[in-house]
Amino acid sequence: MAKVTMTVNGKSVSRDVEGRTLLVQFLREKLNLTGTHVGCDTSQCGACVVHVNGEAVKSCTMFAAEAEGAEVTTIEAVENDDGSLSVVQQAFQDHHGLQCGFCTPGMVMTATALLKENPKPSEAEIRDHLEGNICRCTGYHNIVKAIMAASGQDVSSVAAE
Amino acid sequence: MPKDNGIGASTKRREDVRFLTGHGKYTDDINVLHQTYVHFLRSDVAHGKITSIDTAEAAKMPGVVRIFTGADFEGVGGLPCGWQVTDRHGEPMKEPPHPVLAQGKVRHVGEPIAAVVADTLAEARDAAEAIMVEIEDLPAAVDMKAALKDGAPKVHDELSDNLCYDWGFVEENKGAVEEAIKNAAHVTTLELVNNRLVANPMEPRVALGDYNRSDDMSTLYTTSQNPHVIRLLMGAFVLGIPEHKLRVVAPDVGGGFGTKIFHYAEEAFCTFAARQIKRPVKWTSTRSEAFMSDAHGRDHVTKIELALDKDNNFTAIRTETYANMGAYLSTFAPSVPTWLHGTLMAGNYKTPNIYVNVKAVFTNTVPVDAYRGAGRPEATFQLERVIDKAARELGVDPIALRKQNFITEFPYATPVAVEYDTGDYMATMAKLEEIADVKGFAARRAESEKNGKLRGLGINCYIEACGIAPSNLVGQLGARAGLYESATVRVNATGTISVMTGSHSHGQGHETAFPQVVAEMLGIDESMIDIVHGDTANTPMGMGTYGSRSIAVGGSAMVRATEKIINKAKKIAAHLMEASEADIELKDGAFSVAGTDKSVAWGDVTLAAYVPHNYPLEDIEPGLEETAFYDPSNFTYPSGAYCCEVEVDPETGKVTVERFAAADDFGNIINPMIVSGQVHGGIAQGIGQALLENCAYDENGQLLSASYMDYAMPRADDVPFYQVDHSCQTPCTHNPLGVKGCGEAGAIGSPPAVINAVVDALQSGGHKVTHIDMPATPSRVWAAMQG
Amino acid sequence: MYAFDVERPTSVADAVAALGKEEAQALGGGQTLIPTLKQRLAMPSVLVSLTGIAEIQGVCKDDDGRVCIGGGTKHAVVAKEAAAHYPALAELASHIGDPAVRNRGTIGGSLANNDPSACYPAAALGSGATIVTNTREIAADDYFQGMFTTALDEGEIITEVKFPVPEKAKYMKFEQPASRFALVGVFVAKYADGVRVAVTGASNDGVFRWSEAEAALSKDFSAGALDGLSVPGDGMISDLHGSGDYRAHLVAVMTKRAVAAAH
Repeated sequence: MAKVTMTVNGKSVSRDVEGRTLLVQFLREKLNLTGTHVGCDTSQCGACVVHVNGEAVKSCTMFAAEAEGAEVTTIEAVENDDGSLSVVQQAFQDHHGLQCGFCTPGMVMTATALLKENPKPSEAEIRDHLEGNICRCTGYHNIVKAIMAASGQDVSSVAAE
Repeated sequence: MPKDNGIGASTKRREDVRFLTGHGKYTDDINVLHQTYVHFLRSDVAHGKITSIDTAEAAKMPGVVRIFTGADFEGVGGLPCGWQVTDRHGEPMKEPPHPVLAQGKVRHVGEPIAAVVADTLAEARDAAEAIMVEIEDLPAAVDMKAALKDGAPKVHDELSDNLCYDWGFVEENKGAVEEAIKNAAHVTTLELVNNRLVANPMEPRVALGDYNRSDDMSTLYTTSQNPHVIRLLMGAFVLGIPEHKLRVVAPDVGGGFGTKIFHYAEEAFCTFAARQIKRPVKWTSTRSEAFMSDAHGRDHVTKIELALDKDNNFTAIRTETYANMGAYLSTFAPSVPTWLHGTLMAGNYKTPNIYVNVKAVFTNTVPVDAYRGAGRPEATFQLERVIDKAARELGVDPIALRKQNFITEFPYATPVAVEYDTGDYMATMAKLEEIADVKGFAARRAESEKNGKLRGLGINCYIEACGIAPSNLVGQLGARAGLYESATVRVNATGTISVMTGSHSHGQGHETAFPQVVAEMLGIDESMIDIVHGDTANTPMGMGTYGSRSIAVGGSAMVRATEKIINKAKKIAAHLMEASEADIELKDGAFSVAGTDKSVAWGDVTLAAYVPHNYPLEDIEPGLEETAFYDPSNFTYPSGAYCCEVEVDPETGKVTVERFAAADDFGNIINPMIVSGQVHGGIAQGIGQALLENCAYDENGQLLSASYMDYAMPRADDVPFYQVDHSCQTPCTHNPLGVKGCGEAGAIGSPPAVINAVVDALQSGGHKVTHIDMPATPSRVWAAMQG
Repeated sequence: MYAFDVERPTSVADAVAALGKEEAQALGGGQTLIPTLKQRLAMPSVLVSLTGIAEIQGVCKDDDGRVCIGGGTKHAVVAKEAAAHYPALAELASHIGDPAVRNRGTIGGSLANNDPSACYPAAALGSGATIVTNTREIAADDYFQGMFTTALDEGEIITEVKFPVPEKAKYMKFEQPASRFALVGVFVAKYADGVRVAVTGASNDGVFRWSEAEAALSKDFSAGALDGLSVPGDGMISDLHGSGDYRAHLVAVMTKRAVAAAH
């Protein structure tokens, strides 16, 4: 066991962890931040995506110890300061970009990072950027549409609801 | 102006807020004080005799609480099968025992042999490595046809062979079908494989068993589409726990697609072990475990013959299918290739003679059961593929051939024992041709060819039987359960409402759509209504969510319960307004006396029910809460027409889906936004089956596609935007909402469209390819092009 | 995973010292190693994380005009910062794995692992790069020694990779549909003194140079120069996703496409 200290959602936290404790285990089990999910064990599904120092990473493929001193943001802290949904979150609701909700936190974290880097991505760029996030429910249609809408693009021409 | 409340409104989903902010509560998010963790030691061979299990060293490892093996389950029931199929000769199917932990033999890779319960998961896993298991390898039965040959390895020694059943449907039609094929002007024959799939809901399965000694109460938290079914099966058949001492809770469920219907060994284990060690026991599946422990789907090998007369009218269909059961019968496995498959073989067409033969086979593979569509995608694929092949052989337009043979009059009794109530296949086809811009295809093909690509267009139709199901009918067909649904509508004193339902959402948006129905009936705002589901302790006995049944069956139960509420509320209103009950009208959330300006608000009536000061206590009871059970009188028959356009890269064989259109008839629609979303997801799964997904075993029964490294899940860049339309609506005639169900349509209707398009593309390039098996991967398409 | 400690040295010297411990293993971005550890296919006692070592991160150009990339540089950084110097290399980096993987995975980790389907080995071999370690410099031609096998000694750390910049180059990847690793990836680079063609994903021996194609392209750098050339299907990987013959066919197709698109 070794102590690890990081800032999670703006709050400094310290816990004793084993070397093999993954960041996602640290978040879910030590901090009870259960919004970050685990959907695979080969680093492909993206349900566990969080931001570490502002970059989207798979928290199931990083040790908690490697996040020593880092700023970590999870789905629980994406909403606006006044508690309203962020632009990306709101677009997902408005355009039915989620069904069972399990992949959703990872999708929102990935989409939020994309829009920071590329404020007006094309449909192809969005689809390419979602390569590491698997959704089994939506067929991606409304996820892509929601991200386009969140970036301020007109999605009325995209096939009906 | 679109509606913004009640039936037909695209109400935004209320459950989204918690899912979008990380506050969903899935089973793995639940932890109980003093919880232990279980790790299952699973077989790494497909078939073998367990000669010894030594747990002595492992038991001494740090943190180990107890280690269980098959010996601990002597006297405990096996996992039951919920459907008994009767074979062609009137004999019941073979039904070998399905132990919770392996007894004597292992029969598939992934079968649990031992279970280590420890204080932490890491300790459980560490200790599992110290268990010494000796297994004498046996040859494995993997290929279905080989497994039926004399001398093949027997999956179950006590059975005469690996044949579970040989089913004929309708057996009496057999002679007439043979005759019709003999006399046909043309017969098209097609042999094909419906590939084995893994459902892969993004949330892996989880089971958490808890036991309270003080009241002898067991609680199982589990990732289930139907908690009551689990309580019934596990309580009555496996562990012998009476219902009132067993609570099953399924909180937010992260997708299911069928694979979370079934009662699994891990659920029984955690419940059983918690009672033994008097501590909670939790199991969380890894994705790798899911590949070898979740029931798989599909896996049929079929030969289909379509006979036509000289005018291209269909005269007969004959099929012979081998259906993989895997090593054990999963909960509803026997029903999938039979009653959910054979009954759909007429499709959208008036074919007078149909005979379906299905041989269900035990193999040393993971059990196979229902996966989105369950039997109906298999029926649709073979039928729509053979029609397409026939059109090409005869040189006729595939759309025209279909239209010529469409059923046009309803109700229509098929030769395979079902009666379609409504449909308008011409209308959905016309709508499809419009939204898919079939006319513009030639120009798009020319453009693709300019870029060195082959372009193909594939069309197909589908019919499904859902809204499962009339209990008396399925009882005759071998179901060991009723398939009604229930709802309790509890009106609170201030007029708000809680609806307790036995249906259970695993992504379908019940919390949003169900209130729309009740709100419409009462004329109140949806926000006044909440849905309670997923917990046997506070919902009436219900059969859960699958087979596109929630709104058709569960919604109908809700309608019936709400009707009872309205009747009673009218009595109260009549009393309050001193009017005759017959004159009371309910509109826009208020009761009025016909022909007068007298009116009383909804809230006044509900308050009177709970504060019965001025109340006819001698005539009616206080309170306003009603329960209804609804058992449908028939299946519902959604139908539609789908179109796929693909490009094939002739150099690499890579297929890309360029356009996809779906015109569905779901009858009446409650929430169009949610319905479209269901179709989108189904289409992506169908494209996945057609182009990407393949659960493959080698000849020794080793699973080759055992993770996302080898099992290709559809991703965002594998699919286009879809054009979906559900404006063609022929309401169901026998349920009160006129709804048909939409959950499975996309997965049923899309695979043949994709493959028809691939074949079309290849033939346009001069390749003599008449069929390609799914998934049409680049390497398969390339090999097909090589001839 | 088995139990182990994680150490995070901040200098190469400390990392080398830490790797001297028994059963110590280097941890780059972990995008391949961590899934391997989850399967309990490795049993280190100490993982020495290299991500905290600033001196082995970054992209620059040396006096010989080579693009030099620190061994601990993440794919996403290479995709951005090498774009102006060596566009084909940056493009390759921008399509490894997915965005989240590119924010963790490092060039040194990829080259040290030498997965037969990884992208970077094709770039390193196709560019005739030099692999610089804490002890020596290794030419790419000597570095790759078969799948998952390299010239690295135990405890040796890749500190830098130096890429000579070609006149034009292109990497073409045909993805395995499930893993999205290269089913076949071909890196073609045209230098003043000749053309190099490196193939990943295809061979049982890991990344290799296709010398026949190099000879033909050195004479005539056009897709047409490859007409009639093929690699044999023997020795190619054959699995669920494609036969050896299919992979061999793709090698030729991808090479042509890389030549046609080289810039």
